[in-house]
Amino acid sequence: MPENSSPTPITNNSWVSGAFRPDYTTRYEFPLYLERVSAGFPSPADDHLDRKLDLNELLIEHPSATFFVRVSGDSMLKACVHPNDVLVVDQSLEPRDGNVVIAVVNGELTVKRLCKQGKRLLLMAENDDYPAIEIHEEMDLLIWGVVTTVIHRM
Amino acid sequence: MGCRDNGYPSYVSNMAPCLALLDCNNFYVSCERVFNPSLQGKPVIVLSNNDGCVIARSNEVKALGVKMGAPFFQVQPLVRKYKIQVYSSNYALYGDLSQRVMVLLGELVPVCEVYSIDEAFLDLSLADGSSAKFAYQIRTIIRKWTKIPVSLGLGRTKVLAKIANRVAKQVPEYEGVFDLTTVDPEPVLAKVDVQDVWGVGYRYAKALRQQGIETALQLRNAPQGWIKQRFGVTLLRIVLELQGIPCIPLELCPTPKKGITCSRSFGRPVEQLAELKEAVATYTTRAAEKLRQENLAASVLTTFIMTNRFKEEPRYSNSATVTLPVATDDTAELIHYALCGAEAIYRPGFSFIKAGVMLLNLGPVSLVQSNFFDTRDRERYRLLMSTIDQINHRFGTGTIQFAAAGLKKTWKMRASNRSPRFTTRWDELPRVKA
Repeated sequence: MPENSSPTPITNNSWVSGAFRPDYTTRYEFPLYLERVSAGFPSPADDHLDRKLDLNELLIEHPSATFFVRVSGDSMLKACVHPNDVLVVDQSLEPRDGNVVIAVVNGELTVKRLCKQGKRLLLMAENDDYPAIEIHEEMDLLIWGVVTTVIHRM
Repeated sequence: MGCRDNGYPSYVSNMAPCLALLDCNNFYVSCERVFNPSLQGKPVIVLSNNDGCVIARSNEVKALGVKMGAPFFQVQPLVRKYKIQVYSSNYALYGDLSQRVMVLLGELVPVCEVYSIDEAFLDLSLADGSSAKFAYQIRTIIRKWTKIPVSLGLGRTKVLAKIANRVAKQVPEYEGVFDLTTVDPEPVLAKVDVQDVWGVGYRYAKALRQQGIETALQLRNAPQGWIKQRFGVTLLRIVLELQGIPCIPLELCPTPKKGITCSRSFGRPVEQLAELKEAVATYTTRAAEKLRQENLAASVLTTFIMTNRFKEEPRYSNSATVTLPVATDDTAELIHYALCGAEAIYRPGFSFIKAGVMLLNLGPVSLVQSNFFDTRDRERYRLLMSTIDQINHRFGTGTIQFAAAGLKKTWKMRASNRSPRFTTRWDELPRVKA
């Protein structure tokens, strides 16, 4: 409790006046590194220090249009897309023949390879156990985005 | 930057100005649909904090007559009958998607004023008069890149752009863009109720209707001298804007904050002081985070608590204001003062439904002057707060909390049906089927 706290009756929006200091009778010491950890000698590399490598720079070209999604299922194994991998999806890219895309099929987000064979449009799996999905005119197909990178933990 | 006589910044050349209001259609619903495409075409609503009332409706729900702000319990029968999908508000998601839209917009249109979470005013003045075409392109790109559908209304002034935006939304044939600068505005303004004009609220509208002014067109044609004398210069500006004379410039630099408030209603009534203090400490933490983000410090803090005004039970509402000896942005210090305030105004025997904290008298933290009696090691605590902020930023809000804010927080608001934080949490990413 604060020192010098006389119980002042408080009414609506009244101003509390008087010495009112926080209580410092207990203290907990937290070790904080307040100084830079120095190498102990001036490094010959100091004048040539380059910047840090940032994965965002490597993987993301259009930040406003880039989303991450996680994979369930194994129909794209041959494309190196495994269950629980994270895919980097860029919605700004125009989907081209051969791209791995996220498509909305029957209201669900699915990952497949887009294939144009003449006039036919197919969503191919990359796993012999799974058939291709042919897109007919009456079907409601929306290409949600193009997969640019798959992030796979070893 | 300097303004010319007509209120426009001098970098806009002498061509006739063309402003646009861009706003996202049913924004919160649209956000829910981004990662859940099966919601397209289905009736969807989003509820406010505590699942109290409807704050967003899809077009299908609007067609059923559900009003904005309708209490959820009133809407329940319709929800069951029409299988309306109900979501609790997911501000982490909405804030992130809003930022994407606004950043993208900023890349497409150099002069842009973000007005709210889902609205922005743009300067689309183009020498060759192809503003409407540009607007369609903006709409298409935003839809493709972020999946958020937007509507644009073009007009010579902000007020006219707002009206044009409403028309763009109401008439599907316009495909989301309506240009008031290339058509005769009179038939359009004649159909707009005076209360729907931006800046004309309920009270002005009531007084105007008594004088026979019921539409935007009638307001536009009202004698200026009379408007200024009877209603003041604020309404006169609106009349001039309706006439196509810009009076409200684009605000490109946001005005500095005068106060930061954090308050919420509780998920259930709170009667114990201990729980009330937990809530107050939590809200103080959040307000202090916002304070530090703006590099401000506060020297006045107000704590307030209240019971439910709408229930038939004993009522109590009170607040306590503390002037701090030294302006501060330190959560620990602010929590202490906020809790003292809460203790002072708490009364047993009441069911509290809401509490909050207001930080006032804000000033830049770099200009804070200590006083002779100040014994607090401010440098040290500044480092501590900076470290905590960085950890919370990296690992998620609330990773490190102050014990005073409580661990279980059973008083916290309900959000029983919130969708995952698809774009801000690694463990809540949307799933795609392979």
